[in-house]
Amino acid sequence: MSDVKTNVEGDVVRTSDSGFDIKRLGRWETVTVFLLLMAILYGATTSGSDFLSGGNLNSILSDMSEIAIIALPLTLIIVAAEIDLSVASVLGLTSALMGYLWNHGWAMEMIIPAVLVIGALAGALNGVLVTRLGLPSLAVTIGTLAMYRGLAYVVLGDQAVADFPSKFTEWGFGTFAGTQIPNPFVVFIVLAVVFFVVLHMTGIGRSIFAMGANEEAARFSGVRVKRIKFWLFVVTGAISALAGVVYAFRFASARADNGAGLELSVVAVVLLGGVSIFGGKGHLLGVICAMLLLGTLRNALTLNDVSAEVLTIVTGSLLLLSVLGPSVTARVREALRRGRGVDAPPTPTTT
Amino acid sequence: MAIRNKAFAALALTSMLGVAACGSTKDDEESATSTPAAEATTEGAAAAGGEIKEGLKIAFLPKQINNPYFTISDKGGEDAVKAFGGEFKRVGPSDTAASSQVSYINTLTTQKQDAIVISANDANAVVPALEKAKAAGIKVVTYDSDTAPEGRDLFINQAAAEDLGRSQVQLLAKQIGPEGGEIAILSATPNATNQNTWIEFMKDELSKPEYSKLKLVKTAYGNDDDQKSFEETQGLLQAYPDLKGIISPTTVGIAAAARYLQGSDAKGKVKLTGLGTPNQLRDFVKDGTIEGFELWDPGKLGYLAAYAAGALASGVITGAEGETFTAGDLGERTIGAKGEVLLGPPTVFDKANIDEFDF
Repeated sequence: MSDVKTNVEGDVVRTSDSGFDIKRLGRWETVTVFLLLMAILYGATTSGSDFLSGGNLNSILSDMSEIAIIALPLTLIIVAAEIDLSVASVLGLTSALMGYLWNHGWAMEMIIPAVLVIGALAGALNGVLVTRLGLPSLAVTIGTLAMYRGLAYVVLGDQAVADFPSKFTEWGFGTFAGTQIPNPFVVFIVLAVVFFVVLHMTGIGRSIFAMGANEEAARFSGVRVKRIKFWLFVVTGAISALAGVVYAFRFASARADNGAGLELSVVAVVLLGGVSIFGGKGHLLGVICAMLLLGTLRNALTLNDVSAEVLTIVTGSLLLLSVLGPSVTARVREALRRGRGVDAPPTPTTT
Repeated sequence: MAIRNKAFAALALTSMLGVAACGSTKDDEESATSTPAAEATTEGAAAAGGEIKEGLKIAFLPKQINNPYFTISDKGGEDAVKAFGGEFKRVGPSDTAASSQVSYINTLTTQKQDAIVISANDANAVVPALEKAKAAGIKVVTYDSDTAPEGRDLFINQAAAEDLGRSQVQLLAKQIGPEGGEIAILSATPNATNQNTWIEFMKDELSKPEYSKLKLVKTAYGNDDDQKSFEETQGLLQAYPDLKGIISPTTVGIAAAARYLQGSDAKGKVKLTGLGTPNQLRDFVKDGTIEGFELWDPGKLGYLAAYAAGALASGVITGAEGETFTAGDLGERTIGAKGEVLLGPPTVFDKANIDEFDF
């Protein structure tokens, strides 16, 4: 229900609108969708039937599984104008713990809930430090990024635990009911529905947008900012732990360095999906498109034998683009609205 | 150096693994054993023979793409693939995370390569993807670091424990000369599997009559830590002033020992040998601190792996024990137990040849 013809303050008004709004998709998210289609076109024209085969779709999706799963709660965190960089370390820590507990004779049916709780606790620590002590989440989670990864090495050292029961590892590598959709990706789809409903169709979601756009205003209008933020960190921790479980099964290997560096890809996906790093803006569908974009692009480039270094550069550029893009499109819109021609030359007219 | 240690760790790991079945706790797991090696041998060495076909697509997937060791090994592979008229390609991750090779394996499978030659970052993480590749008819050869046996057809083993252990003693004995004397070993950690296996073979070699004048006085442990290894070397020389030689079968140890010797009176008098890489020890060899040390030649490793891949993809061999194939300049090779092909005795690096190697 937001107004397209916004004024300068209008942006804030619009951003606190969290309802499903097709007009918001008509912004940065459109660019993401366009880029996604370009990536598919690129893959299809350069690698033809290889790229379009079902097996390849399967490898695109399964490569993105953990990134996609973690991107969901992280979207909520970033919309709330916070950040959690410890997600990949929580993933590593839970993988390591799985290996450790398995080595100590625990049943897998016990290990999974246990590590999910540990993940939630790891998130809770982030949440307490951010909401109770008022520390900036960037600093806190850089700290826990190192700390949780360190703990993972304490737990498992440099060994790898790989003798998990085959019914679990086969699940990790298998596909869903005869389709080419990998099982781990099904976990993502289910979670995506839940997160979509919470973020875009409930009061909690509206509160998250409100506090991301203007925390003070949200607090004065009765949103329990600290409580919601705390629980967002807890959920992010638990979901990261779930991604850790998926990762360990998918690779049939629990190691302390599982998922090292994954946080960058996750943040890239969320930002590329049009979620503002300053909070208050974003749409989960944009994030999902961005996730598919990153996966497709990487896959298509790899099929064309583009080297790993170039792939890293591409990911980095996408991240940069994702931060630059929305702000540039916003400025362009602004400029267009103020009247064409006035700002064509950036030089000031008067002094 | 780190590469090598990781490689060995992976090797040690794979040898311990290979046991997997279903169940829910570890104890259940361990009660069920499988014997893939035994099954492989019973298939027999039938249906082998012929020439390597032309135009085979052979893809190398090293642990890390921008790592000098693999640059050399894969150059060897490229030479071999060109020699038998195949199409060579090299892809790989820029980091050594357990999982980063998997998407490359999937891509190579999609591209329908004839064979994948891989050095595994993780002995198990790559196995499901490799099994998928094998199911699609792609032959898989591992080199440098093996996977669990079900993930590959052949493993090109660069470090046969017996060869490495015995040859280090032979090398040191040659350097010390006929008069012999006291020698010591500077190892990694007391429970390092690879080092301990080699040391067993060293002791066995020393027990032979021709080495009766060599007396092993101590095995010291530098824990693969530079500082600790340095101090242990110092300790050895103080405790045994008549020491004639040190064997350090670890890249960290030999470099630290060389650094100590270089700055001490013992330089040149106490012979030092062991396992190291040319880049790491070049200066010590040139200034005479080390006369010669050993390691396998990674170029030959890649070369042999490429020929093995070509032979598999052409149906010359199936991967069963006892089959033979011709590996270009390296001559004929036989597949040993557990689908392993040995590279052969290590290469000795000394003043004369060290500049030919850059890794």
